[in-house]
Amino acid sequence: MTAPDRIRRAFDRAHAEQRAALVVYLTGFDGGREHSLACLHAAADAGADILEVGVPFSDPSADGTSIQAAMVRALAAGATAAGVLELVEDFHRDSDAPVVLFGYTNPLLRLANASAASRLGLVERAHASGLDGVLVVDLPPEHAAVLRDPLVAAGVHWIGLSAPTTTALRRRAICEAASGFVYAITLRGVTGAVLGTADSAELAAGIAALRESTSLPIAAGFGVRTPHDAHRIAAHADGVVVGSALVEAAHEGTAALSRAVAALRAAVVR
Amino acid sequence: MIAQSKSSAVAGTFGRFGGRYVAETLMPAVEELAAAWRDACNDPGFTATIDTILAQWVGRPSPLSPALRLAAALGTTARLWLKREDLNHTGSHKINNCVGQVLLAKRMGKRRIIAETGAGQHGVATATVCAYFGLPCVVYMGAVDIERQQLNVLRMRLLGAEVVAVQSGSATLKDAINEALRDWVAHPLDTHYVIGSVMGPDPYPTMVRELQRVIGRETKAQLHAQVGRLPDAVVACVGGGSNAMGIFADFIPEPEVALFGVEAAGEGLDGRHAATMSRGSEGVYHGMRSLVLQDEHGQLLEAHSISAGLDYPGVGPEHAHLFESGRARYLAVDDQAALRGVELLARTEGIIPALETAHAIAALPEVLRLLATSRDPAAVLDIVVNISGRGDKDMHTIAARLGAAQGDR
Repeated sequence: MTAPDRIRRAFDRAHAEQRAALVVYLTGFDGGREHSLACLHAAADAGADILEVGVPFSDPSADGTSIQAAMVRALAAGATAAGVLELVEDFHRDSDAPVVLFGYTNPLLRLANASAASRLGLVERAHASGLDGVLVVDLPPEHAAVLRDPLVAAGVHWIGLSAPTTTALRRRAICEAASGFVYAITLRGVTGAVLGTADSAELAAGIAALRESTSLPIAAGFGVRTPHDAHRIAAHADGVVVGSALVEAAHEGTAALSRAVAALRAAVVR
Repeated sequence: MIAQSKSSAVAGTFGRFGGRYVAETLMPAVEELAAAWRDACNDPGFTATIDTILAQWVGRPSPLSPALRLAAALGTTARLWLKREDLNHTGSHKINNCVGQVLLAKRMGKRRIIAETGAGQHGVATATVCAYFGLPCVVYMGAVDIERQQLNVLRMRLLGAEVVAVQSGSATLKDAINEALRDWVAHPLDTHYVIGSVMGPDPYPTMVRELQRVIGRETKAQLHAQVGRLPDAVVACVGGGSNAMGIFADFIPEPEVALFGVEAAGEGLDGRHAATMSRGSEGVYHGMRSLVLQDEHGQLLEAHSISAGLDYPGVGPEHAHLFESGRARYLAVDDQAALRGVELLARTEGIIPALETAHAIAALPEVLRLLATSRDPAAVLDIVVNISGRGDKDMHTIAARLGAAQGDR
């Protein structure tokens, strides 16, 4: 199983093409399982280098209105953490694009503990699905071992998360715990907020500081909506993450999503 | 019984509960708050200022009232005592916490205060303290709660606070907390989030307990002055659990004092309820590891209680620890019993309690039954009930539920 290398390969390929990798976030099960699977393929076919699949949660307090609404729709369509991993497994039957889960602690912890009850748990399902990485938004390094250690042991990357407010001390701890890549949050706020001009300088400084703590690729996101935003971020980061804008496009349909992803992919050149 | 462990090995944890499960953007704000709180606790000037404001403006100490007619109505020889947090400025214990946190926020140089509220008591208390200190205040409140607590919304607005209606999720307390967290994530540098209970990420559960500890400290001294002994039991309602932690804290190291928390059984434990201890399981939610109401997939369930202040699917992590360690017992009282509790206290003691508080009143027969099995039958028991708030805010709900029945009499 060489799944963990797919993330590295995606960044290397983008680098060789003198551009940033395009990381596309979509909420798993938004619009139902079949639509969600079609959207993952549409995004990969339109040029997404890495897919982030959101695990729906009832109380997504780090997300803005677009992703919150997507999670409500997804839960109504029967989304569970286990179901999202089955979706990833289905996706990987026909695609080699790396997939990272993006979620909140509670549903993932619940699934991880399910293995103790001799059911198929998080690690087993992650392995079966060919999952490449996991990012948990409300699980800082001091609490992460409970999910991180078994996943990393199973060859799944633990993606680090750094914010504009992160101190130097924390940055080092985050980078030490991370593998795969480090996700740099571009602004103070929830997903889907508006990236201001002032944030750009802070972002550049933040990425430079991160590079002192890690040799891992750095992907930046939160507030990146337009090709123009993506182009600005691509100048500093190894990868650009786009979420809310694409969740909205996916809600319109796969054609709208494909167009939006293609436009972003064209914009992440340096 | 094994002695209660001192404060846990890892700061901010209570046994395996507690912690700081927050987004990285908030982590520096939480660390800054923890450091500022430690610093302030070591500053005698800070604690003296709180004490002065509590005495001159809140009206502390609150009385400890004997409840003879309530005891007679319950047919008990036990002496019942009511800790009168309902007589505080703004009508509940919530203000104790707000005074301390807003003073701390000022000390930290924060220029803006945000809060969540369920019943509106914490929102009103925060808005009141912000008016007192001249700080802008934004209160997040579920749209459903706004509907059932109109009077408190008007109060907050009169006090100059902005009340933001939260439509997401169940549009109640948990969603108001989500929205307040979103605000804080967006403004971590200039804003202090005044969490209203002993919940959320460290240092909140500890800090709020310490700011509410005054309830139990006063109770201990007042009862000692009256009868020269510790109470046999202390009873308090539990939503997030701040009034209970406040009155429990000084009694936790006294093993002869039984502690009873009373949570909301709503429409019944097999229906919609908010009984986190009775029916919850371990989870990570709103920044803490605690007991929560959730489905098998880790999605939070919507809680239900007639009282907006108990309508929350989580509980403070120290309560989860007190529950698991057996130091405190937790009972559940349903909506109907709570309504009867309101009426009982109103008719026997001339005190209309908040619906939250009425759960503690309604649990007294069960508390007496449990104590009877463990105490010397000849002894006269002293039992303290925390009257966490007054019922004015609930008149609309109470009238709708009790009014029809009373009209027939």
